[in-house]
Amino acid sequence: MRNTSLALRCLAVGAAAAVLATGCSSSSSDSSGNGSQTITLYNAQHEQTTDALATAFTKQTGIKVKVRSNGEDVLTAQLEQEGSKSPADVFYTENSPWLAQLDEKHLLAPIDAASLQQVPATDSASTGDWIAVSARVSVLVYNKDKLTAAQLPTSIMDLADPKWKGKLELAPAETDFWPIVSSVAKTYGDAKALAWLKGLKSNAAPNDNIPDNETVVSDVNKGTAEMGLINHYYFYRLQTEMGKPAVHSALSFFAPHDPGYLLDISGAGILKSSKHLAAAQKFVAFITSAAGQTILANSDSFEYPIGDHVAASPELPPFSSLQPSSFSVADLGTGEDAKTLLQEAQLL
Amino acid sequence: MTSSTATAAPAPLRPLRARRGRAGWLVYVSIVIALGLLSPLVLVGLDARQAGWTEIHRVLFRARSQRLLVNTVELSVVVVTAAAVIGTAAAWCTERCVLPLRRLWTVFLVLPIAVPDFVAGYAWHSIKPTFTGLWAAALVMTLSTYPLIYLPVAAALRRADPGVDEVARSLGLGRAATFLRVTVPQIRPALIGGSLVVVLTLLSEYGAFEIVHFQTFTTEIFTEFQFDQAAASALSVPLVLLGLLVLTGESRVGRRGRISRTASQAARMVRRRRLGYTTAPVLAALSALIALAVGVPIGTLIYWMQRSERSTLPAAATVGKATWATVDYSALGALVAVALALPIAIMAVRRASMARRLIERSTYLTQSLPGVVIALSLVFFSIRYAYPLYQTSLLLIAAYAILHFPLALVCVKVSVVQAPPRLGDIGRSLGRGPAAVFARVTLPLIAPGLIAGFCLVFLTATTELTATLVLAPTGVHTLATQFWAYQSEAAYGAAAPYALVIIALAALPGALLGLWFDRERYSRLAVQEPA
Repeated sequence: MRNTSLALRCLAVGAAAAVLATGCSSSSSDSSGNGSQTITLYNAQHEQTTDALATAFTKQTGIKVKVRSNGEDVLTAQLEQEGSKSPADVFYTENSPWLAQLDEKHLLAPIDAASLQQVPATDSASTGDWIAVSARVSVLVYNKDKLTAAQLPTSIMDLADPKWKGKLELAPAETDFWPIVSSVAKTYGDAKALAWLKGLKSNAAPNDNIPDNETVVSDVNKGTAEMGLINHYYFYRLQTEMGKPAVHSALSFFAPHDPGYLLDISGAGILKSSKHLAAAQKFVAFITSAAGQTILANSDSFEYPIGDHVAASPELPPFSSLQPSSFSVADLGTGEDAKTLLQEAQLL
Repeated sequence: MTSSTATAAPAPLRPLRARRGRAGWLVYVSIVIALGLLSPLVLVGLDARQAGWTEIHRVLFRARSQRLLVNTVELSVVVVTAAAVIGTAAAWCTERCVLPLRRLWTVFLVLPIAVPDFVAGYAWHSIKPTFTGLWAAALVMTLSTYPLIYLPVAAALRRADPGVDEVARSLGLGRAATFLRVTVPQIRPALIGGSLVVVLTLLSEYGAFEIVHFQTFTTEIFTEFQFDQAAASALSVPLVLLGLLVLTGESRVGRRGRISRTASQAARMVRRRRLGYTTAPVLAALSALIALAVGVPIGTLIYWMQRSERSTLPAAATVGKATWATVDYSALGALVAVALALPIAIMAVRRASMARRLIERSTYLTQSLPGVVIALSLVFFSIRYAYPLYQTSLLLIAAYAILHFPLALVCVKVSVVQAPPRLGDIGRSLGRGPAAVFARVTLPLIAPGLIAGFCLVFLTATTELTATLVLAPTGVHTLATQFWAYQSEAAYGAAAPYALVIIALAALPGALLGLWFDRERYSRLAVQEPA
């Protein structure tokens, strides 16, 4: 059947030509960057805030920023696959363990000392290979129609109490949950932490495996669940999206220095393989500078800026009023212990 | 009626040796394609090795894994059964019955495939948050996968010879018996092929299951991803094994008899059955199906847009750009998938042998892997062996073709099975060149399958998210990635328009299929003449 083969060949050539045409057109437009420098940012932070930061950075320095957004777990896996050939210059994540993981594999370059000095030293990597950018607080969100503030537990440990059976929602696959587990384990030891996790799981069932924090905060607001463990900003985002009258939930902080009252750190690292190290350093310096931190504070992201003298969004309780435990990113590391405990509790 | 009478009777028009030479060429091409499609499995193997037996043992042999296996199997059985019944019934209604607004129904019936699974999941979850577990997952998945059966079965019914049914009826067989004993065997390759793709899709599904709190191996892989990528890939091993099991089962069922129409039995126009007093219930059932599968998600999206307090609706320009990127990548991906499926289908159908079947079967296997595993394996390969292609449109198009190849193959194969090879030979004997014969005889014969395959891949690719996020050129957004970006920021109102455009886009291929069907009458007359 030469007829078929010939036509097939035609079809294949045609398809290949079409594909090449698009392939080339896009790559040529990529490289037509009129002499000005471009850095590539792998972004796992909320996209709109990152775009605002990138735009302001380009305006100030003339350096363009190409952004690739995805979940931090997949981006980390992708960076590990790419290794020394990674097109990424900077990696900006929502949670620190991913940066710690890349650092452990020696994929990150040291951050300029001047940049590191713009944020509290304990929030960045002790190696100086990644830098803290913003902070979030772990809190309880509860439905105001179902519970009053006075009824709420003051310690994270109380959540395992059987009296909360059927009232709790959990998103254990979210990285935000790891620091809490790690902190409880650090305070009370692995055995007690595991028993506590099992209590949590039994209280939350069948809502012990909610895919993300957005769902937790929205379910609590709807009253599907009475309370949930989240980072504070999900609540403020929901409030912005729905308008205050539609919000039937509120936040509750744990007792000062409770192992469940934590500051979670979002950070950025520069890839060792970057071919634009100087520009990448400039970007990292910018997002931790007063200008960058102000953009962060004014965005819809509702995170706490941690750079000196930049006030958080007026919607939030002032940063100085927070009384978190002393648990730090160094204690958290790559979150390995937390992950193991979560698996042992069959929450993952 | 069976293939034996069809192929044995006519004497070959050309010497057998010539046939063998050409066949060999096809087999080599097919092997190359199959190896390309199977390449993601190499990384799974390497990762499993890297993770080590202890780690695999730790993740796989827990109480949880047994639950996951039971979940996966139960869901597959329920969904495949329901989707096969719905898909076949719907195809019968649009292809064999007098249906008011028939063309419109053919468009509507394929729309659910363009509803992104996470949108459908969210829609049901927001209507009834307690809607979780097996039956929730089964409902969402049945509604989103029945078009995978509807499309090939409809294509098969279009090509199947209604004369055979009429003969059966005239010989005194009842309506139901005729359907089961005569029509079903004719559409069996389409039905089984479609069911196969449904099972494989279920194996790799993620988004919807997460939302309705239903755990399978794939949701577990996504979770494991947060720990250790190697272990996550190792978790794909049971998926591959399940995929193999399904494929083996399928080839046992699928081999029983093959229907190819001969020139002497060339089909004539279908005489559509009048539904009479059953018209109203049939229309009501179809409407209910569309309302559940498309109405619910669209309603939810519109509700999101109205409810949103934030006025940050995306600019029309951004939506336009994302739409263009989506159409561009999806269409090219679909084109490549169909082009690759054609040689494999011809190779597998024109002469059956163990080796050929093996080659063809193997190309389905990647469908059982989650998109993120395939995407990362493409990162692995392109970083090492094709760095200039990394994060270019070309790689993304290749990814779409690889991810959705089985959808194309099922449709193309159905048409190739039904197209009698002799017609091409007759064309040649009448002095036409090979290209002319291909264009004027072979192509019209298999066109419904090619187009159905193109549409199916196109529709599925427009909703693709995980591989797109990893492989798209940096800075390029598709409708699905934009939807995700807003939705993951709880900006549902801003996310909704992107999903609505995806669903609107899906109306295009549906309409294309409908149009093709009308054109068909003419080509069919042309085919009839040589007989």
